[in-house]
Amino acid sequence: MARAVSTRRKVFYTAAAWSVALLIFFPVFWTILTSFKTEASAVASPPQLFSADWTLDNYAEVWGRSDYPRFFWNSVVISVGSTLLGLIIAIPAAWSMAFVPGNRTKDLLMWMLSTKMMPAAAVLIPMYLIFQRTGLFDTRTGLVLALMLMNLPVIVWMLYTYFKEIPSEILEAARMDGASLGKEIIYVLTPMAIPGIASTMLLNIILAWNEAFWTITLTTVNAAPLSAFIASFSAPQGLFYAKLSAASTMAIAPILILGWFSQKQLVRGLTFGAVK
Amino acid sequence: MATQSSRAAARLMVAPSVIVLFIWMIVPLAMTIWFSFRLYRLLSPERTGWVGFRNYSWFFNSPDFWLAISNTLLLVGGVLAITIVLGVLIALLIDLPVWGQGPLRILVISPFFVMPPVAASIWENLFMHPQNGMFASFAQGLGMKPILFMESYPMSSVIFIVSWEWLPFATLILLTALQSLSSEQLEAAEMDGASAISRFRYIVLPHMTRAITVVILIQTIFLLGIFGEIFTTTQGGPGSASTTLPYMIYKQAVIAKDIGRAAAGGIIAVILANIVAYFLMRSMGKNLDA
Repeated sequence: MARAVSTRRKVFYTAAAWSVALLIFFPVFWTILTSFKTEASAVASPPQLFSADWTLDNYAEVWGRSDYPRFFWNSVVISVGSTLLGLIIAIPAAWSMAFVPGNRTKDLLMWMLSTKMMPAAAVLIPMYLIFQRTGLFDTRTGLVLALMLMNLPVIVWMLYTYFKEIPSEILEAARMDGASLGKEIIYVLTPMAIPGIASTMLLNIILAWNEAFWTITLTTVNAAPLSAFIASFSAPQGLFYAKLSAASTMAIAPILILGWFSQKQLVRGLTFGAVK
Repeated sequence: MATQSSRAAARLMVAPSVIVLFIWMIVPLAMTIWFSFRLYRLLSPERTGWVGFRNYSWFFNSPDFWLAISNTLLLVGGVLAITIVLGVLIALLIDLPVWGQGPLRILVISPFFVMPPVAASIWENLFMHPQNGMFASFAQGLGMKPILFMESYPMSSVIFIVSWEWLPFATLILLTALQSLSSEQLEAAEMDGASAISRFRYIVLPHMTRAITVVILIQTIFLLGIFGEIFTTTQGGPGSASTTLPYMIYKQAVIAKDIGRAAAGGIIAVILANIVAYFLMRSMGKNLDA
């Protein structure tokens, strides 16, 4: 609904909008900035926007100490693994619901979403016990499974809304031209479905990377990802701000960058196609 | 185009998702119900047996329980109110003719991608810390005493942090809805002499109703389970001042190691979530008709 306005007004609007946006973004910016300071200037009062002694030591120290690479690698394996596994299970389901809808398809989708409303804390004990008994506790496999199940309804829903927009006339045309089911899937449907699958994948990697209940409660040491690492990163007296900031920056940077690329699909995806 | 065989194939394709979700829902739930009627403490595993509703009555008689319920509702309600009111205002602002709308969107959405423990930890330490936080520096600069955020205002601090995380989501969805509003309608209203406020009240707001509903639905699902932010900052304290229902269950299970009581709390949480979900689903069915 943008309308033509005078330049003076536009300057005013732009200044206002940018001020608000920068204010919202400021904590992220400040964390990144602090990660390059020395511990002394990180806690300087009044706060220093420009420090005299920029350094990369914090990154080196965090990376070298405390097994940071292992936490990082666990996060990668768990978020990517659970998303891929979820896609394998969800693609056929979403596909058939979009192209061969039955009377109950809508109910089924609603039921799937309702499983997400079960509070995770409510089933913490059974999950904990099952994981202990089956040897899945504190393993990456266990967390891949748990996060896959947690995000499966979202994956099915997102794929469903994307697949539904593929016109079924195209399928009929391909069939009339004598394409077999296999050819139909490989040459006609897949190319049209790939953008939807890609954005579903991106968003679910983000959700899984940022998950902070199962990743904290179902791990101790071996499989603990970055969420557990940061949650346990506590030391008083403020002598660790620069290192905390470096660790935080490393924890959020990959997802922040992925997120910037997929922000356009975020709205569509997370509202299950209800807002476009 | 649905023949008999393609119907059968379709069911087969849906089956894996339905089966794993069904197991994921029913097995832990059944176990939780079972444990909720049992005496089961990890610290004294030899004493077991049926205790009827004693685990439940412990919850209902605990003063912490009602505090946890009201904290949970306060958290959900507070964050929803803040994110929707500010979200509408910021969306209206960004939707104005401005330079650099793309970069603006990227700046505004960023907090959404920060994982909860990191968001909580940077707010707690870099900003709200009573000695070294930025707010404390400002307070000192103004000659005031620094505020003890996590000690004096634990719930408000948690609500503030969670609102910062979810404001981008609300803003972006409301902005998307706003951008699909036709400018002709607004111009026509303007020509007829409608003021900016009545244009907002009678044209813009009704257009955004659906988006606002969706924001409420999606955020509620996530907000009912908030855990990482509390775990990182207040640990539910001081005392039980910022303990929510999920956190209370966590404390019973992991710290008190009383599985029976934690399970009873879990069932109460499920019932509560179902009451909320019932109302959500009813409006969701209407709103999500893709």
